[in-house]
Amino acid sequence: MSRLRNPWGQPRFLAFITGAYILWAVLPVLIAIAFAFNNGRSRTTWQGFSFRWFTGESGSVLHDAALRDALGHTLLLAVICVAVATPLGVALALGLQRWRGSGSGTVNTLMLLPLVTPEIVMGVALLLLFLQVFGGIGLGTDAQAIGQVTFTLSYVVVIVRGRLVSIGPEFEEAAADLGAPRRDQFFRVLLPLLAPAIVASAAVAFATSIDDFVVTQYLSSDASTTTVSMLLYSSARGAPTPALNAIATVNLVITLLTLALAYFVYRRFAGRDEATSLATMEV
Amino acid sequence: MGSRWTWRLVALPGVVWLSVFFLAAFYAVLAVAFGNQDTLSQPVPHWNPLDWNVGYVLDMLDNFTSGGPFWTVSLRTVEFVAIAVALSLLIGYPVAYFTARHAGRWKGAILLALILPLWINYLMRMLAWINLLAPDGIGSDVLHSTGIEWLFLQVGLLDEPGGWLNGQPITVILALLYGYLPFFILPLFVAIDRIDGRQLDAARDLGASPASAFFRVTLPLSMPGILAGAVLIALPMFGDYYTADLVSASTQTNMIGNQIDEFMRQGSEKVTGAALTLLLSVFLLALMFYYLRTTRRAGTTAQTT
Repeated sequence: MSRLRNPWGQPRFLAFITGAYILWAVLPVLIAIAFAFNNGRSRTTWQGFSFRWFTGESGSVLHDAALRDALGHTLLLAVICVAVATPLGVALALGLQRWRGSGSGTVNTLMLLPLVTPEIVMGVALLLLFLQVFGGIGLGTDAQAIGQVTFTLSYVVVIVRGRLVSIGPEFEEAAADLGAPRRDQFFRVLLPLLAPAIVASAAVAFATSIDDFVVTQYLSSDASTTTVSMLLYSSARGAPTPALNAIATVNLVITLLTLALAYFVYRRFAGRDEATSLATMEV
Repeated sequence: MGSRWTWRLVALPGVVWLSVFFLAAFYAVLAVAFGNQDTLSQPVPHWNPLDWNVGYVLDMLDNFTSGGPFWTVSLRTVEFVAIAVALSLLIGYPVAYFTARHAGRWKGAILLALILPLWINYLMRMLAWINLLAPDGIGSDVLHSTGIEWLFLQVGLLDEPGGWLNGQPITVILALLYGYLPFFILPLFVAIDRIDGRQLDAARDLGASPASAFFRVTLPLSMPGILAGAVLIALPMFGDYYTADLVSASTQTNMIGNQIDEFMRQGSEKVTGAALTLLLSVFLLALMFYYLRTTRRAGTTAQTT
């Protein structure tokens, strides 16, 4: 069977390309991480192992005010973004899934549009909105958080709807047949079943917020609203120290830990196949 | 009956949010692009469509014609994106195909490796290459000692030894490829993975050679995945400014995104920036509609052949 399905003989050539691709995709980042631990000011010559760019007395992520503040601001935005986008997105997903009839198609399209809008278009649009319409809010932390919520919202909706489809209406119907009031059908049946998707969507919103660059940059005001991504953009070509690699590494570890946690929660409660399809964005 | 309104009410906050911060934001682009500017070249938006000053945007279109100020940068953008997408297909298809069909027990691990780059900060991935391609970087060394640098110098893709980060178009194209390829592979993998193996068995049973089974069954059936991946990476590439800024830092490799960024954020010609953004959006919208039409057609063709 497998020989029959394979038109290219032994797929050694394909295996080689795949291996080479993965190496090419991952190795540069691993080298960048390695240099975060360099015991010297160079980002290109290895001078021994040290944590000085993470915790050292001067110029480290922990002690350099600019770096520490950027990390703090990144996390602050991520927390706000999750706190707003998750409930908003879960509600929108529930509403869209259950609401049949006029208007739901339009709202569905509206919800999907931010996913395909290039970030610069979104950044420009939001910048003009906050300059021309919401001058009272103005640029800065509030605008950055609002901008991030606007496009992470769609991720939350897509993930939660995927889970809603796979749950189906049967559980709620069973609860209704057994005489559960509508409030219990929702809070004691649907919501617990939905919980893994809510956790997963919150994690995705968190990671997306942390790694966002364009919208966050367009809506920033002064140095106090600089995030890690903005710092990487503005300093990568300057003459920085491995501290830049160190802060990027911290950023990466936070993102990956969040997602790994969400993946395992999802797999534990929603099943392996669904977790895999979520991870490959098949929802 | 009551429950019909309940669910609309539940969706309402999200709908309001998207209307205010997404739709209204786009309307602001229109109002500024079709508006005026004051003596300090600050935008004076025209909120009433009846007052719209359409002439300015139409004049802008002239700038895109041959010899106009945006002609070169538009051409360059299309060229960079086209080459990067073509290279993505060249590398991405074998990788997606292998992972879907032949990875065997390694499938999960390879899939994880394919997903991983999606969650590494784009700017960190660019930083990694900036470190590698610095004149004394490890990457520059490797490219030098393997003769690749010599080759690139010979064919004129590189201006000077070790000058990878000094305004080289090839560096920008390869950086775009590096940045967006993971987003291309995943939908392609899903498309190939979904193809029913029995369809291939049927083709082989009916006498198709392995190659013709591939070209007449697998390839047409993976077409929607190819198109989806291509559009998925082409859209953000058309609006990209940071890649060129980071790995080239030269106006010689400016893309349309850099042009918009210069008007909008760095400079203060916001009306021009808004008009450019509007034109870019219209172009990308047309691209997307073309894609939606093609996939629908490809879907029906694949089913009937």
